[in-house]
Amino acid sequence: MADIHLPPTLPPLFPGLPRQLELEAATVDEAIESLDERWPGLRDRLCEPGPALRPHINVFADQERAALDSAITTTSRVDVIAAISGG
Amino acid sequence: MPRVIVLAGTRKGCFLLESDGDRRDWSVRGPFCENWPVYHAIHDDGMLYAAAASEWHGAGVWRSGDFGETWELSSEGLKYENGDLKLSKISGLRAGHGRLLAGAEAAGVFESRDGARTWTLLSTLDGLPGRDDWNDPSKQPPGHLGMPGLLAHPDDPDRFWVVVQGYGIFETTDAGDTWTPRNRGLRADWPLDDPEVGYCVHKLVMAPDRERLYQQNHCGVHRSDDAGQSWTEITEGLPSDFGFAAVAHPHDRDGFYVIPLDAGHGRVMPDGHAAVWRTRDAGNSWQRLDRGLPHEGAHLGVLREGLATDGLDEPGIYFGTSTGQVFASADEGETWSEIAGYLPGVASVEVAVVG
Repeated sequence: MADIHLPPTLPPLFPGLPRQLELEAATVDEAIESLDERWPGLRDRLCEPGPALRPHINVFADQERAALDSAITTTSRVDVIAAISGG
Repeated sequence: MPRVIVLAGTRKGCFLLESDGDRRDWSVRGPFCENWPVYHAIHDDGMLYAAAASEWHGAGVWRSGDFGETWELSSEGLKYENGDLKLSKISGLRAGHGRLLAGAEAAGVFESRDGARTWTLLSTLDGLPGRDDWNDPSKQPPGHLGMPGLLAHPDDPDRFWVVVQGYGIFETTDAGDTWTPRNRGLRADWPLDDPEVGYCVHKLVMAPDRERLYQQNHCGVHRSDDAGQSWTEITEGLPSDFGFAAVAHPHDRDGFYVIPLDAGHGRVMPDGHAAVWRTRDAGNSWQRLDRGLPHEGAHLGVLREGLATDGLDEPGIYFGTSTGQVFASADEGETWSEIAGYLPGVASVEVAVVG
């Protein structure tokens, strides 16, 4: 199963959501859909209509920058990172 | 004795300042809403709502049913599904008639009938004069033009006014199906393509007679005695025609408060002298209210939702600054005290009176 790592700003919004979890998915979009099924509304926190990743949300699959349609495998590590921004 | 709770929406979350009906001693709780920037926090029927937008996670409305002990975030339906419009934040909230209205950026008005759990888009004012221009990126100032102002009629649920930044006021009497510009008599210090629109309304409020409206505009302070159908400028006597915040006296239709600011880049109180200005005769004359406020070195800015009243018999007046102070008056603005000094920059102040 893919190894999903989420930014620290997400768990406070969704009770029970961990920073790290494993799930089955063939693409980044499927992984987010799987998360949204368990924590409704989570997709909207990562994606905007289009759909596309929000401008300040970065996803890396096995250390390569990824988009929603990027493929992932059962051995992938997927990092969802909030951009270094703000003040 | 009632609880008086000031809701301060700040750049780093929502704070609650609480006192009793004497309004002398205050405690501060917060930050809430996970420190998301809060643009407008309001109270309605035991519920608190905070319109917020995260640079990372988008816009939403936080809700609390226990006066801030716990909060939930929802944005279901708060989006433009198709087309070129992008919802970057919720700028303003209004409650009434069992419903919440939310003004969005890009400009559109949303409605919730289940306490901010889910939202429905009511209108993006399609077909109105200026509509195409205010959504054209090449014709916008830095940032986006949104809908920061909402004013719901207290008696008629289908009637409300919205403000589109840089374009002016639009009124609907059929819950958003059709709209009419309500800007006649306003001043614009720039050329207009269409005399019906192109006015920079910063804050629109209603007097307690439910017919008179007041506004602080980019170009002066104005009064309407016919619910917005025509406007008369009442700036004379104020130290500046510029400002953002405004509030009507809750019991006196001739009473109205503004906070004049320097125009241009400063947008702070003139000469570093903090003051709220009040008229008691519908704008024929103005009084500077500054007892208890700093008279020098106070370069304070106050944003459009930063001035409020508690509506009590002897009304309290409150304002929050972009540098994180909140000042309160328990005597209609005659005397003031600082009730919070080190909050993040304050975007909005509203007051809940409970019990």
